[in-house]
Amino acid sequence: MSGMPARISRADVAHVARLARLDLTDDELERFTDQLGAVLEHARDVEALDTEGVPPTAHPLPLRNVLREDVVTPSLDRDEVLAQAPEAEADRFKVPRILGDA
Amino acid sequence: MSTEAPATDAPLSPDPSGWEMVIGLEVHCELRTATKLFCGCRNEFGSPANTNVCPVCLGLPGSLPVINQMAVEYAMRIGLALHCHVEPSIFHRKNYFYPDMPKDYQVSQYDQPINLDGWLDLPGGTRIGIERAHMEEDTGKTTHVGGGGRIHDAGYSLVDYNRAGVPLVEIVSRPDLRSSADARSYVDELRSVLVATGASDGKMEEGSLRVDANVSVRAAGSAELGTRCEIKNMNSLRSLGRAIEYEAARQIALLSDGGRVVQETRHWNEAEGTTRSMRSKEEAFDYRYFPEPDLVPLAPSASWVAAVAYALPPMPAERRARVAAATGLDGDSDSVVTVVRLDLDSFVMAAVDVGADGALAVRRLANEVAAHLDGARPLDPDAFCRLLLLESQGKLTTAQAREVLRRLLSQGGSDPAAVAAALGFEAMGAGDLGDAVDGVIAANPAEWARFAAGEDKLQGFFIGKVKAATAGKADLKAVSALLRERRA
Repeated sequence: MSGMPARISRADVAHVARLARLDLTDDELERFTDQLGAVLEHARDVEALDTEGVPPTAHPLPLRNVLREDVVTPSLDRDEVLAQAPEAEADRFKVPRILGDA
Repeated sequence: MSTEAPATDAPLSPDPSGWEMVIGLEVHCELRTATKLFCGCRNEFGSPANTNVCPVCLGLPGSLPVINQMAVEYAMRIGLALHCHVEPSIFHRKNYFYPDMPKDYQVSQYDQPINLDGWLDLPGGTRIGIERAHMEEDTGKTTHVGGGGRIHDAGYSLVDYNRAGVPLVEIVSRPDLRSSADARSYVDELRSVLVATGASDGKMEEGSLRVDANVSVRAAGSAELGTRCEIKNMNSLRSLGRAIEYEAARQIALLSDGGRVVQETRHWNEAEGTTRSMRSKEEAFDYRYFPEPDLVPLAPSASWVAAVAYALPPMPAERRARVAAATGLDGDSDSVVTVVRLDLDSFVMAAVDVGADGALAVRRLANEVAAHLDGARPLDPDAFCRLLLLESQGKLTTAQAREVLRRLLSQGGSDPAAVAAALGFEAMGAGDLGDAVDGVIAANPAEWARFAAGEDKLQGFFIGKVKAATAGKADLKAVSALLRERRA
């Protein structure tokens, strides 16, 4: 019934941190493993409830189909936009080379 | 990351007999909305860089997306045209770090897409399953600077976010295609369906239609699926065909050699004609999909779905069947397929309505008209029909009619008879034609004696002589009839 692993491991946390491009120290890894473990403990309590027949809920709001008309609204001024970027060139955002050690 | 495999990691002349290709395609189609999927920025190809951007599509803090109703309608048109069920759906965030999306995630549909489970029939009858057709947003456009524009050697990259947030529908086929020709035929047919729905302009060269291919091979007759590779970066039907052929040959060579195929994404290199591995082996992509908390579920009402279905125009297969019924031609023949793909079938129907020869109309449209579509004057359907009648009534020869048609296409005009007169194409009376035939017979007595004795192949000789003698004005069918009459 339970889809959750017994405990979150230090390796799991390191993997998730890498996916999020977070550079954690050993101490932080230790601490976050404990903290995330506590969060998952709480989820396990919830999982003990009988949810037979309850549809999965992706959203707490009783709303559907919030749509807008396909009508153009003004975009931002380009100079103002590019001025917010660390670097710009040829009217484009300039970013570091993409592949490599990300 | 990114340890790159060598360009050619297998010899490429394996024996393909005994192997079968299994291909599934993912087609990304940009929708022809006025605005983006989640904001009111213009959806327009070719605008100056970064002029169609706002806090939503730039991912600025505090901005919130709102779904474009027209994008939903187009997505449903596509789904319904492909015989899918329209389902209640939700959006997910697909998380990844790449500067083509400033939010660091792409909003897409994951396990609850809007359209599920349909099919597309190819000309010739093969039915290709459609697994799903879901909505998502397009990404920005990156340009790699330095290193000759190649991503691996680039010094840095420049990003234009005009395309970020443009609505897409991704159509995922089942692995039902068995050859590169099948794959091309599927994309051709799907493209004309997408254009017919009005959801897409179908322009592969502008990137509004993009195709990725999942390719695997297996022993012919086997029911199991082999390990597949996903091939990206094909920008034409031709490169799609080449990439599939290369990739299948690569896999067959690997397997024949006792090796195994590694499931991965490979990049098609048009100049080299090869595919190469894009990603390192240990970095299996983990997108950590989760429901997009800023959007509520989409659940089109039954009446909305019914209204969209009702308003769908006839699809290409139905239009081919109509042309076939009106002309007696095979609906899956190349010329009928071409006429419908080029949206010219209304001309055939107009011709049949006025009593002109429908099969002749199809021939002219699939050849002369198809060849003049780019940059030509719009062809007046009335003029086209009257020209067909002039030809079938024998007032113009085939060669003359084709020339008049080319004039109408290049210079416009609504009166084919006037164009013919201006070209000096006068109707050749039966008497004049008979004189011309008699003149040629008299000038070639030896050949005529052989033809009269039953040597039928000389008919072409006489027809050629009459054609030359009349400067192309003779109706060649009438000439054949006259020759046979004189011989009898």
